[in-house]
Amino acid sequence: MGLLNRLDDPYETGGVILGTVEDLLNWGRGRSDWYLHFGLACCAIEFMAMNASHFDFMRFGTIPRPSPRQADFMIVSGTVTLKMAERIKKLYDQMAEPKYVISMGSCANCGGPYWEHGYHVLKGVDRIIPVDVYVPGCPPRPEALEEGMMKLQEKIMNQKLFGKKK
Amino acid sequence: MKLQAKDIFDKLKSEFSDSIIEIKEDKGSDPFITVDAKKVLDICLFLRDTEELSFDYLSSLNGMDYKNNLGVVYNLFSTIHNHKITLKVILDKEQPSVPSIEGVWKSANWHEREAYDMFGIKFEGHPNLIRILSPYDWEGYPLRKDYKTPEYYHGFKVPY
Amino acid sequence: MSELRTIETEYSLLTDRLRVNVGPQHPSTHGVLRLEVVLDGEIVVDVIPHIGYLHRCFEKHAEAMTYPQVVPYVDRMDYISSMNNEWSYVMGVEKLMDIKVPERVEFIRVIMAELNRIANHQIAVATFGLDAGAFTPFLYFFRDREMILSIFEKTCGGRLLYNYFTVGGLNYDIYPTFVDDCLAVVKKVRETNAEVMELLIKNKIFIDRTANIGILPADVGINFGCSGPMLRGSGVPFDLRRVDNYSVYEKFDFEVCVGKGEVGSLGDCWDRNIVRMREMEESCKIIEQAVKNIPDGDVKAAIPKRVKPPVGEVYCRTETPKGELGYYIVSDGGLKPYRVKGRAPSFVNLSVLPEISKGYMFADLILILGSVDIVLGEVDR
Repeated sequence: MGLLNRLDDPYETGGVILGTVEDLLNWGRGRSDWYLHFGLACCAIEFMAMNASHFDFMRFGTIPRPSPRQADFMIVSGTVTLKMAERIKKLYDQMAEPKYVISMGSCANCGGPYWEHGYHVLKGVDRIIPVDVYVPGCPPRPEALEEGMMKLQEKIMNQKLFGKKK
Repeated sequence: MKLQAKDIFDKLKSEFSDSIIEIKEDKGSDPFITVDAKKVLDICLFLRDTEELSFDYLSSLNGMDYKNNLGVVYNLFSTIHNHKITLKVILDKEQPSVPSIEGVWKSANWHEREAYDMFGIKFEGHPNLIRILSPYDWEGYPLRKDYKTPEYYHGFKVPY
Repeated sequence: MSELRTIETEYSLLTDRLRVNVGPQHPSTHGVLRLEVVLDGEIVVDVIPHIGYLHRCFEKHAEAMTYPQVVPYVDRMDYISSMNNEWSYVMGVEKLMDIKVPERVEFIRVIMAELNRIANHQIAVATFGLDAGAFTPFLYFFRDREMILSIFEKTCGGRLLYNYFTVGGLNYDIYPTFVDDCLAVVKKVRETNAEVMELLIKNKIFIDRTANIGILPADVGINFGCSGPMLRGSGVPFDLRRVDNYSVYEKFDFEVCVGKGEVGSLGDCWDRNIVRMREMEESCKIIEQAVKNIPDGDVKAAIPKRVKPPVGEVYCRTETPKGELGYYIVSDGGLKPYRVKGRAPSFVNLSVLPEISKGYMFADLILILGSVDIVLGEVDR
């Protein structure tokens, strides 16, 4: 179909591409997301392994940014405790729109192995911030997180930028 | 020279006769010496400074909840003679209080803060006895056997 | 040649102390740790660590699960070297029940623990290099770490958290090509270590940044309860594998690596790093000796199906890559422990940070924190 095939595959004819501006902008946004450098617990080690050369997260166009003001999305990797929950909310509020959240690992999805007797564990980060993609696992394999990233890219491609928002 | 638990108990008994209550040695379990709570600081100084004992390393200090009382357990080790001993004190559940041994081994500083955070045991003479693991405005002492998880904390729902 | 001019003013420059928050989210703090730093210009006057941002109530869970069910929770304490954590806990329960495990189990446990020690030190030196500004050792070490993780994955299915050791033995036996894979790992680790020694450790910029920084005197270290490479970097040959002689370590020939103050002073950051690099080589030696002599036999001792230790208590400790990990386990004769206290090495090593970082620059504080090598899962439990 029009724009995407022409952009992703090399085209012989050259010249004119037909497509919507929205598609072009979404394609650019989805493939150059910058993430907030933020690791909480064990999942952060798998996340670091994904950044290293074997799994290579940077080929998705992502770069780690230390400040939330410069980031597009946030990967919550690890257990969210009540003491940390307020700080995560502050970090999320500091990010500029459009922003996304990937919840990585069992603890960030629903409290993980600490769901039953954890008096200090927040059972799922979606109790405080809206989550776009959930990646299950304890910890998830780096390939699983890369699939989560691809699902986020799909979600960004299907976002409506112009026109009346529902 | 490596000493056994019974020898250490005899040495302590000869120095602080009434404050040393008993030694318990069972097969398979570690031996421990129960001591009087008020004399803990003097006993620890004696254990550290006496030449044959030389307990210069505090491995661990933790609180305990025996259902009718609270307690504190000290695990000591000597890097010079390579022997170890466990001390125990039993405290009242309503007003648990014991002298702090932070002046003897500095590693007791954070361990005692954790015992206060989890059990509510007050260590007299501690320079900075505030919570360490739970948030500073947490209520209750989590590791006690009769602790109930709170419903809400700062607006976040706590149970599943 | 012009002379140097001095400017004299009538008033003195007013300065004040600045309180800076190195907050829970920061690229350089190895996890969620908050440091409150009091600065006088660029010099650190005081550091107050605030922990508890990853407090996951491990001890409460241990009182609610049966003895074998506690093992996955123990894994998640020091999540980089899970095999060593499991070993410490499982050894404690076996002492309480007076179980003797088969010798095959002991040898495999030693090999797994030493492989995990190499993996842990690789991450420690890699992230320390990142803190100092060197990105390449990070990529080299993580590439080699994948070889070790694939051995673990083929044995028990997990890359990072294993649940492999159990009370009385192991959950699975080793696979047929295990010995060849281990020897391949040893060969690769030696090659990469030689490269990183040239690239990072003997690099003049690295030495200038880490020598004479964060000096820990030996008696202060013992009084604070430090252990592991932190204490050995100050010249104290305290290694529980030789002091307690647990498991089958007396059968192996390896050295206890201590810092000697080769560049700079005894007990500085460079010493701790060189101790970690040398320990990787010693672990390779142990693995080579162990894989040649794995005895045949079963991987599980004969224990009852429900683990029920008699009434008693035990304090059991092992040498993990970070230091002395001890478990104080109290049993009341039932299926679930009455109390499990985990004495984590990072918790105790971190308490010495205010002592050793006074008087240095702010950038050095980050390096000192990196050389302590903490894992917040252990500190907060």
